[in-house]
Amino acid sequence: MAAQEQQQPQSRETETEVDVPEAPPTAPEAQASDATQGVDDLLDEIDGVLESNAEEFVRAFVQKGGQ
Amino acid sequence: MRVMGSETEYGIHAPSAPGANATMMSARIIQAYATVTRQRAAGGAETRWDYTDEEPLHDARGWTLDRAAADPSQLTDQPPVLDAEAVALAYGRQELELDGADESGSLLMNMVLGNGARLYVDHAHPEYSSPEVTNPRDAVAWDAAGDLVALATVRKVAADTSLPSINLYKNNTDNKSVSYGSHENYLMPRSVPFGDIIRGLTPFFVSRQVVCGAGRVGLGQDSSTPGYQISQRADFFEAEVGLETTIRRPIINTRDEPHATADKYRRLHVIIGDANLSQASNYLKFGTTAMVLSLIEAGQAPKIEVHEPVQALQTISHDTTLTATVRLLDGRRVSALDIQWMFYEAAAKLAQETGVADSLTGDGHTHDVLARWESTLTILGSDISAAASSVEWVAKRSLLDGYRNRDGLAWNDARLGLVDLQWSDIRPEKGLYYRLLSRNRMTRIVDDGLIARAVGEPPSDTRAYFRGRCVSRFGKDVVGASWDSVIFDVPGLGKLQRVPTREPLRGTEALTGALFERHQDAGSFLAELMGQNPPPVKS
Repeated sequence: MAAQEQQQPQSRETETEVDVPEAPPTAPEAQASDATQGVDDLLDEIDGVLESNAEEFVRAFVQKGGQ
Repeated sequence: MRVMGSETEYGIHAPSAPGANATMMSARIIQAYATVTRQRAAGGAETRWDYTDEEPLHDARGWTLDRAAADPSQLTDQPPVLDAEAVALAYGRQELELDGADESGSLLMNMVLGNGARLYVDHAHPEYSSPEVTNPRDAVAWDAAGDLVALATVRKVAADTSLPSINLYKNNTDNKSVSYGSHENYLMPRSVPFGDIIRGLTPFFVSRQVVCGAGRVGLGQDSSTPGYQISQRADFFEAEVGLETTIRRPIINTRDEPHATADKYRRLHVIIGDANLSQASNYLKFGTTAMVLSLIEAGQAPKIEVHEPVQALQTISHDTTLTATVRLLDGRRVSALDIQWMFYEAAAKLAQETGVADSLTGDGHTHDVLARWESTLTILGSDISAAASSVEWVAKRSLLDGYRNRDGLAWNDARLGLVDLQWSDIRPEKGLYYRLLSRNRMTRIVDDGLIARAVGEPPSDTRAYFRGRCVSRFGKDVVGASWDSVIFDVPGLGKLQRVPTREPLRGTEALTGALFERHQDAGSFLAELMGQNPPPVKS
């Protein structure tokens, strides 16, 4: 619970002084190697289900307006 | 917690027939489901829509837009017409005669389903509007049931090898300047001033995308700037408040069609959300929004105003590090997570005061919504990638990063665009979300069995129960239905019987289940319902 509270917004007085927080890692290379193996397996599977000719498929997906 | 429901407009595409008429394809989708249900239901095909109480030009701020001044797309109270000749031109007379049209020769464009939902052609997309539910868990279940309905139609169409197969996508843009919606509806007391709703919801809607955005490859309406953003919809919003849903889209939509007793209720029509496949994102979208409405009703919403909210919405969507800040009118600069924490704190405090979050005596939902909301904000504040099993834009981003790292792809590479599009293909063997789900990489909020049952069964605790059971039990005698009516045409009665259902929390299983049990035919059912025969005395 204490750890969660630390994530909560700071008070009004200090809010304006907050530095831009450190950017969290976004790339999978930060993960452990077994996780990387899982990603490789997943990508291999998805390679097999992706529509062929990505460029043409994406270009042909044209919608009419909606809400 | 609160009466709520979802609407999903699906992207529609026939890869082997580029340029096919989208309205016609959408009609084929509805038609396909009518064929499926006719085969399934003893009572005949599921039923037609009743347009009597549609009021798309009523503005919640207190006026009605003149019809002549309205955009044609706003006139949703008139059934679209595809005449027999147009259908025959597109699909051949044989299909028309075998499979589809009614006596007048027009295609079925609009159905009410046995689960209480509506399935219809909305502009150029098939749309599923879920039945009314009372909590976010059921909202997820009956929304996901719509994806199974969509899947059934795609399968049915594909089974006819003489016509092009059709794909449906649960997304919100073609990345070529066009967007289509995923809406939410929430029942509120009419006594809440609309100005309070605007002030309370705007900062929440600007920021909630960090929890329930579906992610999008490309920036700008036409996706011309390479990159990745949090929301499918953010770049398509151009106004703060307004009646429109197809042009000049507003953060707060003022359409005032209560579909219920009008002096008591308003139906808040929310158009800013992304369509969600991730159950955790969808659950928090409905659960947290419902709680924020309770804050507004109690006068306890955080007193903050975002400077230029449309710009702030897009600034937040374009920053996947969650570090961007937006300016409040009081001069502070805050991040989207900061705003979400303010709403979380206020909602937790109110729930504590009212007791709804008590794990034993509460409403059974608020406690869980608060816990998931808190843990999601905590994770997003420390290690964004750790939210990949629950937050949809993070899950999609993680998959895209896998491709970018393995194959060195730039954001404008067509293969990343394809991953984004195919993420939302509703077929489990093709949809990339479903590939992740099958590997247990995505959190389930409701189990697959409940979603499958929700395709055919209505929720038990709203008027959707009455509507759905009427359709599945007496379908051949039901000539129309809408959110607030069911219309019967019973042989021998001479005239149509319209049963109003203007109270969303009546018509439940508890109130009408026994009535359905007692009657095998619509005539005696109606007679008891209308009070012509007293119910039998129980011994």
